[in-house]
Amino acid sequence: MTDATATQAGANAPAATRKRTIPGGLRMDRLNTTVASLGLLALVLLAWQYLPTALDVPKYIIPTLSDCLSELKRMWLYEGLTAHTLSTALYTLLGFLIGSLLGATLGYLLGMSAFWEKVLSPYILALQIAPKVAFAPLFIMWFGYNSVPKLLVTVLIVFFPVLVNVLQAMRTVDRDLINLARAYNLSRLGVFRKIEMPSTLPNLMAGLRIASTLAVIGVTVGELVGGNTGLGYLISYGGGQANAAMVFNAIVLLTVIGFVLYSALVRIENRILHYLPKAHG
Amino acid sequence: MALEFRSVTKVFPTNSGAPLTAVSDVSFRVNEGEFVSVVGPSGCGKSTILSMTAGLYQPSEGEVLVSEERVDGPNAHVGFMLQKDLLLPWRNIISNIEFGLESRGVPKAERHARAMAELKHCHLDGFDRQYPYQLSGGMRQRAALARTLAIDPEIILLDEPFSALDAQTKLLLQNSFAKTIAEAGKTTLLITHDLAEAVLMSDRILVLSERPGTIVAEIEVDLPHREEPIKRRVLPEVGEYAAQLFKHLKLEEKAA
Repeated sequence: MTDATATQAGANAPAATRKRTIPGGLRMDRLNTTVASLGLLALVLLAWQYLPTALDVPKYIIPTLSDCLSELKRMWLYEGLTAHTLSTALYTLLGFLIGSLLGATLGYLLGMSAFWEKVLSPYILALQIAPKVAFAPLFIMWFGYNSVPKLLVTVLIVFFPVLVNVLQAMRTVDRDLINLARAYNLSRLGVFRKIEMPSTLPNLMAGLRIASTLAVIGVTVGELVGGNTGLGYLISYGGGQANAAMVFNAIVLLTVIGFVLYSALVRIENRILHYLPKAHG
Repeated sequence: MALEFRSVTKVFPTNSGAPLTAVSDVSFRVNEGEFVSVVGPSGCGKSTILSMTAGLYQPSEGEVLVSEERVDGPNAHVGFMLQKDLLLPWRNIISNIEFGLESRGVPKAERHARAMAELKHCHLDGFDRQYPYQLSGGMRQRAALARTLAIDPEIILLDEPFSALDAQTKLLLQNSFAKTIAEAGKTTLLITHDLAEAVLMSDRILVLSERPGTIVAEIEVDLPHREEPIKRRVLPEVGEYAAQLFKHLKLEEKAA
């Protein structure tokens, strides 16, 4: 019975259109949550603008929204804000790409060798637990006040979530699928390419999403500790001058960079993992 | 002779040290075009027989021959299907059916043509571009059968392919599998715990004992309509065969 109904439904409606239709009730739900989210944002912005002055909080503790906006303009005109932002964005992206490439590669290599995984796993665990940002001063001692330390911190911080996710996924690939591929005479490389790689893709993407949020932290810490470029530098510079508005603005811009990277990944993920059944909404 | 087991014993090493004998001294033959079922209590080594036929592992003693050739690894003669459909979720149905052909150097156009033909045989016309999650359980199993048939194996191994389905879908699917397999003239080995299913679908039934599995009985099913289990189902003799199996498996003694 179920078989027959599915046959009819399938024959009448192509999959793509069926998948995209959102029932009316759900569309209303989505609209409601968007309105509520925007309402909340407006409320917070209003409070930010008027509460500090009403409560007599000085500007160097909590600058108001308009203070921040005028400071933003000043930073843009006189502090080279664009260059700082672009530099941070560039190193975030670069660190993210290098770190996740290394993490994924090592994850797949270890996933294919039970021996090396067992040999290396205690060290991987130790390095994973060690606070990566604490390496920043060390890297500066080794490589000097240039862009290498912040890149290294970012690579290091991005590396582990990707590695661990890939390794975990490689361990849990369906044995029966691998047996099927073997019964079809696929080579070891073929099994990797056609079974293991696509099976682990959802976990890899999840690892990349976590890594993208960490990448911003890595770059920021690198810039905070040493160097004279980037939003992290503006934070320590602004902090030194008791310019809270500058710190606020830099934080917001860092968040924007992280958000853009994260959203891009979610879009890529939705595109390549289109074959996973989605919950409605 | 399509398939032959010659005094096959399989022993697995275990973590506790004591080796586990899954099947012991199993010998049987399956003729070309024959449909043979293997029934037995759970854990009697049914799936071990299947894996050795597929060449996924070797017998500890004895030998397994497919088309007079000793099986010493995964080979092109055998196609197998499990309870899980094992469709690759990231591929659409047609490229799932093509999957087995890809490692055999079949050109792309021919691959596609053969897959489309099997899609039709398995009554899945129009579903070639769909993804597995968009199909019902019964349809997914039919797609898995199409994939198995596409490589044109000499033997089809079915490991409880219907056990995860609801009763009605199961009946319909048994019927459609039986028909497709009969039309293709494929030799088939079906592993099942469903006694009625064994009677409805087979020419011959092998009954395995509890572990270590040995063959305790071999029953010829002398009934018409092998290609249409739905018709065979209403024959009065079906019950008698099932009762025979019942006796061989000593189910009454166990219930007492």
